[in-house]
Amino acid sequence: MSPQTAAIRVRSLRKSYGEHEAIRGLDFDVLTGEVFGLLGPNGAGKTTTVEILEGYRERDEGDVEVLGVDPWQASSGHRERIGVVLQHSQLPALLSVREVHSMFAGYYARPRDVDEVIELVGLADKAEAQVKTLSGGQKRRLDLGVALIGDPALVFLDEPTTGFDPSARRSAWELVRSLRSLGKTIVLTTHYLDEAQQLADRVAVIREGQVVRIGTPQELIGVTPEVEVRYRENGRDVVVTTSEPTRLLAELTGAALAEGRELEGLEVRRPTLEDVYLGLVDEEPAE
Amino acid sequence: MSSSHAEGSTARDAGSRGGLGRTLALLGHEVRMQQLLFWRNRESAVFVFVFPPMLFLLLGSVYSDTIDGERAVDVLLVGMLGYGCANTALAGLAISLVVRRESGMLKRLRATPLPAWTYLLAVVLSTLVVFLLQMAVTILLGFLLFDADAPVTWVGLVVVLLLGVAAFAGMGFGVASLIRSDEGASAVVNLIVLPMAFLSGSFGSTNDYPEVLQKIAEALPLTYLLRLTKEAYLHGEYLTSDLTAVAVLAAWGAAGYLVAAKRFAWQPREK
Repeated sequence: MSPQTAAIRVRSLRKSYGEHEAIRGLDFDVLTGEVFGLLGPNGAGKTTTVEILEGYRERDEGDVEVLGVDPWQASSGHRERIGVVLQHSQLPALLSVREVHSMFAGYYARPRDVDEVIELVGLADKAEAQVKTLSGGQKRRLDLGVALIGDPALVFLDEPTTGFDPSARRSAWELVRSLRSLGKTIVLTTHYLDEAQQLADRVAVIREGQVVRIGTPQELIGVTPEVEVRYRENGRDVVVTTSEPTRLLAELTGAALAEGRELEGLEVRRPTLEDVYLGLVDEEPAE
Repeated sequence: MSSSHAEGSTARDAGSRGGLGRTLALLGHEVRMQQLLFWRNRESAVFVFVFPPMLFLLLGSVYSDTIDGERAVDVLLVGMLGYGCANTALAGLAISLVVRRESGMLKRLRATPLPAWTYLLAVVLSTLVVFLLQMAVTILLGFLLFDADAPVTWVGLVVVLLLGVAAFAGMGFGVASLIRSDEGASAVVNLIVLPMAFLSGSFGSTNDYPEVLQKIAEALPLTYLLRLTKEAYLHGEYLTSDLTAVAVLAAWGAAGYLVAAKRFAWQPREK
């Protein structure tokens, strides 16, 4: 399978809940083997989109293909090939980690080895522990292990680190990277920018049910060439945005030198993905 | 399905093409998982499995002589088999389905290759296993402690109770579809099952009940299950001896399955 094959194709996708238009014409492809991030604030339509791709929700309009299949019409054979980590779902509290993995392994025609998967998600020393005794981070690892037990080609992770402390997030990121290196295609939703920047090969920024930007994290930063120059003059903050920082700085510093004064608090800033993102999601609605 | 069969269609078909062997293996696996989940949850196992035989012990120690012209212990034994059926197949099944739905467990299962009907059938079969064990324990207690009579027809008794489990499981699916929250589930379900058992005569004769209550009892499915169970256990009659009772019981079960067909949800109701 060539690396440029689309694992997922979404065209003109629309979905409303009553009067509320949750998805208003989405288009994107997810390529085989990439980590694709759906980034956006709460209520942007990320979970609705992922649940349509997972086959939980029926779309109103548009075309959706997941591994070549319409997920709403998909057979149980299709579900052999996808793994899912939902935002909220609890696995049986009274079973052990190994029992839960064995339970799900039984649903697949060719499951991976249970102990291997438990090892992969870092729960080997908790294999006999009851699910109810696990910490939040460990439960999330269990969700991930169960999502991988059928050896899926495509994995959906819906906000996999929401509510994690920083160290749990970092170890979850390591896990996602190791999945990528196994050749899995991964669709990840998150409202954390650093998470998208750390993990995703490409990111779609979603706002009010529409894609406002799509590209690699670098490309997203690159679409805004402006640089911000800040300094203080006569007790007032001055902020100048320019696409020609060299000339602006030469003029400013030249003038200041000629007058023999200091440009207080002089600062030149490149935008981070965060600035781009906040700029995108804070824009006034298009209509 | 769409025209693009392209890549991976072999892998896609592998799960569904396994045929009968694969289907039965999945069903067997899920019944074992249902059993594991049922017995691991001690509180609900006590409520569903232990409660009816325990009530039988209590009532059996209190009543003696006869009820409505039959030996009291036999009438109570029949009553508890009926109550046990409603308690296991309606109450137990409905509560556990609502809890699993609201926890997101059912939703998570829908993302696996396990077909929906395989899961639901496994739930019913597992309920049947629990009830048959409970029935054996209850009858054995009757033999050992109260010198109860053996059923005149074992086959007839089992057939009646199979119909009972099928019908009450339908009502269980229906009730589970209507309950919105897991917190209220066991209260709502017991509000249905306990008064029904009382009115239908699971706990003794209803002949002295006020006429209004007797009228209500005539509409309740458990009344008819008890009637059929009694006929089989005490008089050796088969289902065919009282087709009206069979029809009422089946209608209640069918109504439950219909409600479930319209309203059953795999995803949590509460956000």
